[in-house]
Amino acid sequence: MKLTSLLATAALGLGLATAAVAADKTKVGFVYVGPVGDGGWTYEHDQGRKAVVAEFGDKVETVYVENVAEGPDSERVMTQMALDGADLIFTTSFGYMDPTINVAKKFPNVKFEHATGYKRADNVSTYSARFYEGRAVQGTIAGHMTKSNIVGYIGSFPIPEVIRGINSAFIHARKVNPDVEFKIVWAFTWFDPAKEADAAKVLIEQGADVILQHTDSTAPQAAAQAAGNVITFGQASDMSEYAPHPRVSSIIDDWAPYYIARTKAVMDGTWESKDTWDGIGAGMVGIGEISDAVPAEVKAEALAIKDALADGSYHAFTGPIKKQDGSDWLGDGETADDGTLAGMNFYVEGIEGDIPQ
Amino acid sequence: MDLSAINPVLLIASLMVAATPILLAAIGELVVEKAGVLNLGVEGMMIVGAISGFAITVESGSPWLGFLASAIGGALLSLLFVVLTQVALANQVASGLALTLFGLGLSSLMGQSYVGIKPPQMGKLDIPVLTDLPVIGPILFGHDPILYLGIALTAAVWALLKYTRVGLVLRAVGENHDAAHALGYKVVRIRIMAIMFGGACAGLGGAYISLIRVPQWTEGMTAGVGWIALALVVFASWKPWRALLGAYLFGGVTVVQLNLQAAGVAIPVEYLAMSPYLITIIVLVFLSRDKSGAPASLGRIFHATH
Repeated sequence: MKLTSLLATAALGLGLATAAVAADKTKVGFVYVGPVGDGGWTYEHDQGRKAVVAEFGDKVETVYVENVAEGPDSERVMTQMALDGADLIFTTSFGYMDPTINVAKKFPNVKFEHATGYKRADNVSTYSARFYEGRAVQGTIAGHMTKSNIVGYIGSFPIPEVIRGINSAFIHARKVNPDVEFKIVWAFTWFDPAKEADAAKVLIEQGADVILQHTDSTAPQAAAQAAGNVITFGQASDMSEYAPHPRVSSIIDDWAPYYIARTKAVMDGTWESKDTWDGIGAGMVGIGEISDAVPAEVKAEALAIKDALADGSYHAFTGPIKKQDGSDWLGDGETADDGTLAGMNFYVEGIEGDIPQ
Repeated sequence: MDLSAINPVLLIASLMVAATPILLAAIGELVVEKAGVLNLGVEGMMIVGAISGFAITVESGSPWLGFLASAIGGALLSLLFVVLTQVALANQVASGLALTLFGLGLSSLMGQSYVGIKPPQMGKLDIPVLTDLPVIGPILFGHDPILYLGIALTAAVWALLKYTRVGLVLRAVGENHDAAHALGYKVVRIRIMAIMFGGACAGLGGAYISLIRVPQWTEGMTAGVGWIALALVVFASWKPWRALLGAYLFGGVTVVQLNLQAAGVAIPVEYLAMSPYLITIIVLVFLSRDKSGAPASLGRIFHATH
């Protein structure tokens, strides 16, 4: 009897001790859709995680799980993180939206941050970057640079974020080059180098000399390099190992300031659910250095658009813009509201093909 | 829709590239099955070959060494299957499945530090005049050496099985291992060699994906190609040239469906994406109506005293 109670006390003491240690540290979990070494999307999220560690040092403990499939698998991973005592969990892919909401219901004391989604709850925030601003800059360069007037676009999933990017790039490419056409291939994956490489090769074979990608690996860059006369843009990360050619510029996601701010809010107890959608101006979207493969005047024009987007004097979706079916969307000088952009499910006029349902 | 955007010459050239990993793995498995062994571990051996080849290429800078390493890696992994099925006489189906699962895990572990790295490239064949020929040039003379190795291997296996004594002995072992044993052939030894050959071929196929087709390393990047190769062997009625046909068909439809998408054909993408599997199965089911090809001892365990 004595022994049992002694053991029980010891166990209780140990438990308290662990709890005390855990209470000292804020535990932040990250769920990644690809490997941290993908050189793109997940890599940048992990840079953000590292920035959190660098900022808070011993006061914070971070855990991450990479290569988590969207769907039930992710729900399991999040639940495990919450059970392990995470205070704040960043779920960094669109497909984690419903799993995040489900798990958040079960753990009301754990804060969740879901990237690129639109469903919120008392303990679920959403955050995203206005990648379409970067696409406007890319579209401008693409329109000037293409000689075949065919721009290849590797889409991941037909979700608003990707469609926004296609529309934004197309509008700005057409603006500088009325003959430009977009060929779009849907890969139905965020990260599958084999598929992305195949898609890029097919687009190049069909005459595209500019490849835009909304998938996360560097495989399309490698395919463009092998083809020789094709240019590409880094996606999510700088992908500078392919600069100055084929990679002529890039969209860089910079999550670090946001991750630090939100971790700080949890520490201070000031965290509350909100929706953050920042662009070039706030520094969440960066434009990677435009390489010398781009003529100086094109570079200057692209940078001018970037600056105008940054200071808010120009919106990437400024009318007149018609929808693909020819109906009016934005009148002259009118700009798109965030609600429409967040749920965008149509192509603008001039893009051929249908969005897969 | 603009089908004229599809260039048939480039299409054929790239379908050959897409088909080569399947072809290499299928030819290896064909020899294994002709010897009477059913090794379901093709996928596992491929992915281990993919990372072995990738790692050695990155470390040494030589794709040739990498391909050699991938063959060795695949063969080494197949030795595990040898121990299980030829020495311990375990069930071949279960052992093969275990080999695939083990290979996928092992390759992830081996590949930890190789994610996102760019490997040195293998040059393409460039014969003056011939490579520059219109139409024929890009299709026949513009590829990497391993693609030709795949075709050469198909021819070699076909000739070996059909015309040589070695091929006859191999087939005898696969058809009736008791009779072959009674005639004094070393059934187990022959099967071990066949399994290792199969492993080496699967390894080469895997490395073709990680070094030439993509080229990059990611976990699970063979993405089911090993299973396609397995199915191909059965549907091809254990005939090498049919395996080649099946592989090219599969590679062809894979490439065509992407081409159709890019050309804006109004078929839903989901149907296009499943079409390679569907069409390959349908065609090969029709081809495989004569069942004469199946080795009679396929998948049966051999023990000399039985």
